[in-house]
Amino acid sequence: MTLARLLLAAVLAAAAAGCATAGNDSRDPWEGMNRGIYRFNDGFDEWFARPVAGVYRDLLHSEIRARVRNFFANLADPFIGVNNLLQGKFEDGFTDWVRFAFNSTLGLLGIHDVATEMGYEKHDEDFGQTFGRWGVGAGPYLVLPFLGPSTVRDGVGTVVYLYTDPVILIEPNSARNWTVALRFTQLRSDLLDASRLLEEAALDRYVFLRDAYFQRRRSQIYDGRPPREPVNDEPETTVK
Amino acid sequence: MRNLLAAVALACLAPAWPAAAQDITPPDVLVKNVTLEVVDLIAKDKEIKSGNRAKLIQLVEVKVLPHFNFASMAALAMGQGWNKATPEQKKQLTEEFRTLLVRTYASALAAYSEQKFEFRPLRAKPSDTDVTVQVRVLQPGSQPVPIDYSMEKTASQWKVYDVMVGGVSLVVNYRTEFSNVVRASGIDGLIRELQTKNKSLEAAGKK
Repeated sequence: MTLARLLLAAVLAAAAAGCATAGNDSRDPWEGMNRGIYRFNDGFDEWFARPVAGVYRDLLHSEIRARVRNFFANLADPFIGVNNLLQGKFEDGFTDWVRFAFNSTLGLLGIHDVATEMGYEKHDEDFGQTFGRWGVGAGPYLVLPFLGPSTVRDGVGTVVYLYTDPVILIEPNSARNWTVALRFTQLRSDLLDASRLLEEAALDRYVFLRDAYFQRRRSQIYDGRPPREPVNDEPETTVK
Repeated sequence: MRNLLAAVALACLAPAWPAAAQDITPPDVLVKNVTLEVVDLIAKDKEIKSGNRAKLIQLVEVKVLPHFNFASMAALAMGQGWNKATPEQKKQLTEEFRTLLVRTYASALAAYSEQKFEFRPLRAKPSDTDVTVQVRVLQPGSQPVPIDYSMEKTASQWKVYDVMVGGVSLVVNYRTEFSNVVRASGIDGLIRELQTKNKSLEAAGKK
């Protein structure tokens, strides 16, 4: 795996190069290293992931891409269900498994999301959210190589996810690798518009993405109904 | 003297008239009408569909912009720093922030591809002056994306002062960025940076 070693070296070099930058956000004590990894990811994205995703989107009809998206979304449902159960949301967890059952059969291995049409709504859960629900704090912000924004808590969740991901069971390895590549290409192609928006909206993309990540995770952990932020951060609301 | 009193009384009453319930479009109805109208206009317009960004921005300015309170948005994004700004700085900040948000909004609309909307019933008392209007964007195979419009009642109409997409508040998300720039180069530095950003986006849009 010389390629993997090369990439690892590049990530480490990028992380080290960023270390000189001093941050001032208490949630991001490793800002220097994170910015380094962020720049590495950005380069990888600009020169590889985004062009590949663009070609993928241009070549394949949206109907076909929807089938690919549904297939991978279906594979995720059983563990979304596990996470709902771990958070005590039994009804939601049950729904996720019903979804998996219907979509894997009637939906032809998940390529058709028949469950949504039947009224079983898809959920969005992961191990990081479960830990958060259990009261585990986010910990320092962490930019993961290739995967992007995370925190120490969510990073641990990602590691657990990687071990429970059904795609790792695929054999032989070459088939597994192509499946992983297809999944990431699909994911990236779905985010092409969003990443363009980020570029346009942000003054400092690193900061914008980081803050959006913290806001998003907070909302996800509380299923879209987070409690009010502590008062000390409240802005002046009397505007005239 | 009696005329003067009458005039004062009228002047005091006048702002109260538009507040009568039947004159102000309720916030949830407003969001629904504007959303459906804009989406419909985009769907019908061949030039916008084929990527005419200038025309899309114009559409946003005419149809969407009047329903936003950009001074409130700029103030919320600035946080504590807003009170330290002079009236002229506030005006410029509002103006530049407005330009940036209109452009961002247009880009978000450009990415729209016939998803369906679900307009949720408004949970508010008739006396409320600050409400959240909830819309969900539905797409098969994914969890619905919630869009929450924070709206405040002004004398003549309801106005949006924040948009939350998937739990991410647009205004709050600018707060750290703004305060970083203000700390490093002051409020004028922030105005300059916003101007530069808007100019580069404008230049990129013309290509």
